[in-house]
Amino acid sequence: MAYLISDLEEVRRRAIDIRADILEMIPAGKAGHLGGSCSAADITAALYFKHMNVFDDPKDPRRDRCIFSKGHAVLAQYACFVELGYVDRSELAKVKTIEGILQGHPDMDLTPGIEAVTGSLGQGLSISLGMALGLKLNDSSSRVYAVVGDGELSEGQIWEAAMAASVYKADNLCAIIDYNLVQATDTTEKVFPILDIKDKWAAFGWHVIEIDGHDIEQILTALDKAREIKGKPTAILAHTVKGKGFSFAEGSAKYHNASMTEDEYRQALAAIEQMRMEV
Amino acid sequence: MDMKNCRTAYGETLVKLGAENKNIVVLEADLGKSTMSILFGNKYPERYFQVGIAEQNMASVAAGLALEGKTAFINSFAVFTPGRAYDQIRSSVCIPNLNVMICGSSAGLSDYGDGKTHQSVDDIAITRVLPHMTVLSPVDAVETEQMVKAMCQNKGPCYIRINRNDLPVFTDPKEEYHIGKMSRIRDGKDVVVFATGVMVSQAVKAAELMDKEGVSVRVVNISTIKPLDIQALKNHCQGMKGVVTAEEHSIYGGLGSAVCEALSAERLPVRILGIEDSFGRSAENYELLLKRYHLMPEDIAEKIKLVLND
Repeated sequence: MAYLISDLEEVRRRAIDIRADILEMIPAGKAGHLGGSCSAADITAALYFKHMNVFDDPKDPRRDRCIFSKGHAVLAQYACFVELGYVDRSELAKVKTIEGILQGHPDMDLTPGIEAVTGSLGQGLSISLGMALGLKLNDSSSRVYAVVGDGELSEGQIWEAAMAASVYKADNLCAIIDYNLVQATDTTEKVFPILDIKDKWAAFGWHVIEIDGHDIEQILTALDKAREIKGKPTAILAHTVKGKGFSFAEGSAKYHNASMTEDEYRQALAAIEQMRMEV
Repeated sequence: MDMKNCRTAYGETLVKLGAENKNIVVLEADLGKSTMSILFGNKYPERYFQVGIAEQNMASVAAGLALEGKTAFINSFAVFTPGRAYDQIRSSVCIPNLNVMICGSSAGLSDYGDGKTHQSVDDIAITRVLPHMTVLSPVDAVETEQMVKAMCQNKGPCYIRINRNDLPVFTDPKEEYHIGKMSRIRDGKDVVVFATGVMVSQAVKAAELMDKEGVSVRVVNISTIKPLDIQALKNHCQGMKGVVTAEEHSIYGGLGSAVCEALSAERLPVRILGIEDSFGRSAENYELLLKRYHLMPEDIAEKIKLVLND
């Protein structure tokens, strides 16, 4: 379906809000997964604020499910949960503190909106597949979205899940690969280059769509297409930039999990203002 | 004594439960003919997920199914589930306390031919250490059936350790079962032997040997290793001169460890009998391995004599 300019601008604004909330969660001097949360911010905004069926009750059985297999990027989800009213805004400043409900990695028992426990990489796609199979057994039309990191693709379990999903024709499952080309230590090129990622997913029996993961229209169009594909799961290979939105962090492994200096933090706040003016 | 196979009892019970409870789903990693989960698959193919030889994926997929309201049984040899899928069981299943039931089949040395890669000497240790996990080790086929039924009523993850071979039947099917129950198989007043799995029958034979030496031995079947009923355990120790534990598992982290932890404040000598920090090996039959790793009635009798002198 074609999107109105106003719809796209609304999602773009939401993506900026997510980035602003991430800054609230990890102010200068507080470590956090800035890079991977920001590379996934536009995808996350498109999922929660436009594409997925979401409800006031985070456990409403009719909801679509979103699992961050790359659990460290959960900050982007937390920002959405505040906007959706699942989590009080005051929790953002308490992320990763002993009294907070927002953990360093997704914890379904503590945080309303979190669907599973992920963070040990490679498991979230399998969990998503299990949910997709369970939804089919329950005759539910809800869909499952798994956000997967590109560094995470070196986990063998990802490919076990990829094979099983195509064997079971899990067309209610969509994997979105946050293809930001940077992992914890360095660029994927230097750490562990994985060749022909698109061909691999296709060879494992998935319908593959390649997009710019920061282009809201492309993201939404790909998600719509995935919903139409029957008889096989869809993988959206989303080209992204680690740390997107904050020039000092873009494409840098340093901000995989780090704290900003006071100066960088000021730059980041200024970048948010600039983005807001441009929408 | 009547001999029955726990694996067969396991598979047949799954089939029975599957008829009553449509929320039961079963996952298999290409060992269904060994674990006997295939019986369920033959009857309810739409609720049976063959995931190929991929135990890690199996554990996390089961977590996803449990999140959608299913009671998911995953099956393989104990060395592979829980062994190979340890982190998936820890993270996907145990942290969120999901209804995933883990069947570790061919446990202990019971897969005698296949050797050390296929013989689990550590499965109790690695499951017992996980928060939320229940750990079961049935003594026979009758108790296996009772346990599988109880597992479906239980909340949270559960591990059941299943022997590959036919075992003598001690359990009275008419007696009520609940998770946590320990049962006195034989009474005695000098020493109590807490045994699990195949070692219960070995302990009964050891007690008969000790009768001839004028030592009276009580044998208790501990089939729920976690949560351990500490009060019942202490009651069985009342008036005893010593305690012996017996398991077909490493002496580290298994039943012996659990009993010692529970009795750590008691002034009572305890001796642990198990596999002494070793992997297994291949053999022509099961008995040869039980002999090789000192898991025979004579070995238990030896421990009883030692504990009496402690």
